[in-house]
Amino acid sequence: MSEPATMNMIQAINSAIDICMGRDDQIVVLGEDVGFFGGVFKATEGLQAKYGKTRVFDTPITECGIIGVAVGMATYGLRPVPEIQFADYIYPALDQLVSEAARLRYRSAGEYTAPITVRTPFGGGIFGGQTHSQSPEGIFTHVAGLKTVIPSNPYDAKGLLISAIEDNDPVIFFEPKRIYNGPFDGQHDRPVSPWSKFPESAVPPGHYRVPLGKARVVREGGDVTILTYGTMVHVATGVVAATGIDAEIIDLRTLVPLDMETIAESVRKTGRCVVVHEATKTSGFGAELSALVQEHCFRSLEAPVQRVTGWDTPYPHSLEWAYFPGPVRLTEALKRVMQD
Amino acid sequence: MSGRNLPPLSLHIPEPRFRPGDAVDFQDFDMPVAGAVPRPEIGSDPATMRDMSYAMVRVLDADGRAHGPWDPRLAPETLLKMLRHMALVRAYDERLYRAQRQGKTSFYMKCTGEEATSVAAAHALDYDDMLFPSYRQQGLLIARDWSIVDMMNQIFSNRGDRLKGRQMPIMYSVRDANFFSISGNLATQYPQAVGWAMASAARGDTRIAAVWCGEGSTAEGDFHSAMTFASVYRAPVIMNVINNQWAISSFSGFAGAEATTFAARAVGYGIAGLRVDGNDALAVYAATSWAADRARGNYGPTLIEHFTYRAEGHSTSDDPSKYRSADESSLWPLGDPIARLKQHVIALGVWDEEAHAVMDREVAEQCKAAQRESEKLGVLADGLKQPFDSMFEDVFEEMPWHLKEQAQQMHDERKAAGI
Repeated sequence: MSEPATMNMIQAINSAIDICMGRDDQIVVLGEDVGFFGGVFKATEGLQAKYGKTRVFDTPITECGIIGVAVGMATYGLRPVPEIQFADYIYPALDQLVSEAARLRYRSAGEYTAPITVRTPFGGGIFGGQTHSQSPEGIFTHVAGLKTVIPSNPYDAKGLLISAIEDNDPVIFFEPKRIYNGPFDGQHDRPVSPWSKFPESAVPPGHYRVPLGKARVVREGGDVTILTYGTMVHVATGVVAATGIDAEIIDLRTLVPLDMETIAESVRKTGRCVVVHEATKTSGFGAELSALVQEHCFRSLEAPVQRVTGWDTPYPHSLEWAYFPGPVRLTEALKRVMQD
Repeated sequence: MSGRNLPPLSLHIPEPRFRPGDAVDFQDFDMPVAGAVPRPEIGSDPATMRDMSYAMVRVLDADGRAHGPWDPRLAPETLLKMLRHMALVRAYDERLYRAQRQGKTSFYMKCTGEEATSVAAAHALDYDDMLFPSYRQQGLLIARDWSIVDMMNQIFSNRGDRLKGRQMPIMYSVRDANFFSISGNLATQYPQAVGWAMASAARGDTRIAAVWCGEGSTAEGDFHSAMTFASVYRAPVIMNVINNQWAISSFSGFAGAEATTFAARAVGYGIAGLRVDGNDALAVYAATSWAADRARGNYGPTLIEHFTYRAEGHSTSDDPSKYRSADESSLWPLGDPIARLKQHVIALGVWDEEAHAVMDREVAEQCKAAQRESEKLGVLADGLKQPFDSMFEDVFEEMPWHLKEQAQQMHDERKAAGI
C-alpha cells in the first residue's frame, strides 16, 4: 500500500466509495445532487465522471423513493450506497428502512437481502436549525436488522465506510458534518483547526477496513469512562485536556453492533461513567448505554451514570450553542460523577 | 366565524353508492364495448395515448366472443391452461379459507373475482421477469406452477414453511419463482420494483419487473415516488393497480375514484396508462403483453388499472356485509372472470360444461391432497413448529453478541421455569 495521504473526512469518505466502486462493479451511488455536482458536501465528487451515469446518478427529491429503489436494486443483486442529503430528511424513507430493508432477510428467511449503505450527514453546530441539525441515530438503533455506524475522524470514516459497504446487512452511516473539515472541541467561538494538523488525517489511499462493532479507546484513563461517538469525541477530548480529569474516552464507532466488551472493561476499571451524545435525551442511545453499563458493571459503579445530551427540544437555530451539549455541560457532569 | 359576507365552506366526504340493505342497481354503469378501444403501437408517446387511461380495454363480449385489436389470439391450450390456473386459485382459496375457519391457521385472504388480474398477467410475462406482488396475488405463484403444498406450508407456519413461521399467512416469498417477499406495509413494493427494473436496465439485462398494489394504496407516498422514478428513468416496469373497488371497508372514492380513474395517474407522470376490464382474462393478458413489449423495447413503464371487484371480504378478519350491500358482488356488471373465460372457450368449441365440471373436481381434489400433505408437517393451531433458536436467525447475516445473549436468556428462563 502506498504512503498515507492527508485527507479530511469528506475526502476520506469519497476515497472509500471510490475504492469500493473500483473493486466491485455492483456498487451504485444514488441520491439528491450526488451525480454531476458531487453532492452538497462534495462526498461523491468525481465519481460520476469516473464510473458513469448508470452507477452514480441524481434522484428525484423523494427519500422514500431513494431507499425503496435501493432495496429493489439490492434485490436485483446490486449494492447501492444511497445518500440522504441530511439525516433530518430521512423520515420519509423510514418505512422503506424499518419495514423493508431491515427486515427483508428475516421475513424471507434469507431469500432476499438488502446490502445497502445509507450515508447521511447528521448533527448540529452549523446553524442548520431544526431541519439540518438532528441526530436521529436512536430511531435506527431501535430497529432490529439495521447496523448503525458513526465515525469521528477521517481514518475511521474511510475504514468504517468500506466495512459498511462490504457488509451484507443494511447499514446507516451517519457522518458528523460539523467535523467534515476538522475536529471540533465545542469551543464554537474559536477557529477550527483543519484535519491536516491531526494524525487521524493520515489515510491510506488504498483499501483497508475498520471493523464494525469495534470501539476505539481514544484516551486511556483511570478515573471515569466517557462513552461517546461522532463530534462529541472531540468535545470530550477537549474537556479532558482542559480539566485534567483522568478520563478514559471511548469512541464507540458502531452503535449496533455495540462493542460491549470494551465498554465493560473500561467501566469496571474506572467505576464511573458519563455518556455523551448530541441527540435528545429521552429514549436516546445514551439511555441504552446507561442501562447496559448498569446491567454489566453494577457492582463496579461508584456513582450513577451521567448523561450529557441535547435537550429534549427541537434544535433551535439561534440558540444552537445553548442546545449543544458542549464543554460546560460535560465539565459539570464530570464534576458530578467524580464527587459521588 | 369570520363575519364576512361569504357562503360557508363545506367539506366533501365520499360515500359509496350502496350500503348494507340498499338495493343494488348498476343500470347506469356505462359498459364499454368489447373491441372498441384502439391498440396503440408499443412505442407510442404517452402524450398521444392519454385517452387509454379513461377508456376500458375489453376483449370478451357478453357472449364470450373475442373482439378487436386487443384480442391476443391465444392458442386454445394457453386459454385452457389459464382457465385451469384460475380455477385452481379459486379452489385453493376455498380450501384455505375453510382451514382458517376451522382454526388451523390465524389468517387468510381470498382473491375471488380477481383471479384474472394475476393469472393472465403471469401468463403474459416471461418466467424470469421479476414479480413484486401485493398480498392478493397468489394467482401469480399458481400460474407459475409453484407447489401449492409449499404455499400451504407457509399458510400453516408448519415445519415445511421455508419462511420459518415468521410471516403471517399469505405473505409468501419464492425466490425460485422470481416472486418477491410480500410486505404487509402497503405499496412499499412499488419503488422496489422500479429499482429492480432500473438495475436490470443499468446492467443491460433483458428482464423486466412487474408490480401490483390495490387502488386504495395508490394513495401511499411510495406509489407516487415509484411513478416519479419510473418516469424519470424510463424503467422497464409494469405497474398494476388492482381496482377491486374496496380497501377493507373504504370504497375506491377514498383513493380518488370519484375524481378520475386510477389509470389516469399515469397522465401526470407522462407514463403510458392502460385501463382494462380486470375480469376479462384476455384483456388482462393483452394489456400486460403490450406493456411487457413496451418495457423490453426500452420505451419505458406502463401503469395498468385492472377494473375488477373484490367478491369477498378483505380477509378472514372482516365481514363485508357490515359495510356494503350483499348484492353488489352478484350483480357486478363485469361478471366473473372464470365464468367469462369458460364461456369463451366453450364458444370457441374447445371446451364444454362437462369438461369444466371435471376440471373443477380435479382442482378441488388437488387442493385437498395438497392440504393433506402439508398438514403432515403440522398446522399453526397445533402449537409451535419452528425451533426456538430460529427466531434469532436472519436478523443479521451473522448473529451479534446481543442476540446470542438474548437467545441464551430465553433458554435459561424456559429451563428455570421448567418448560
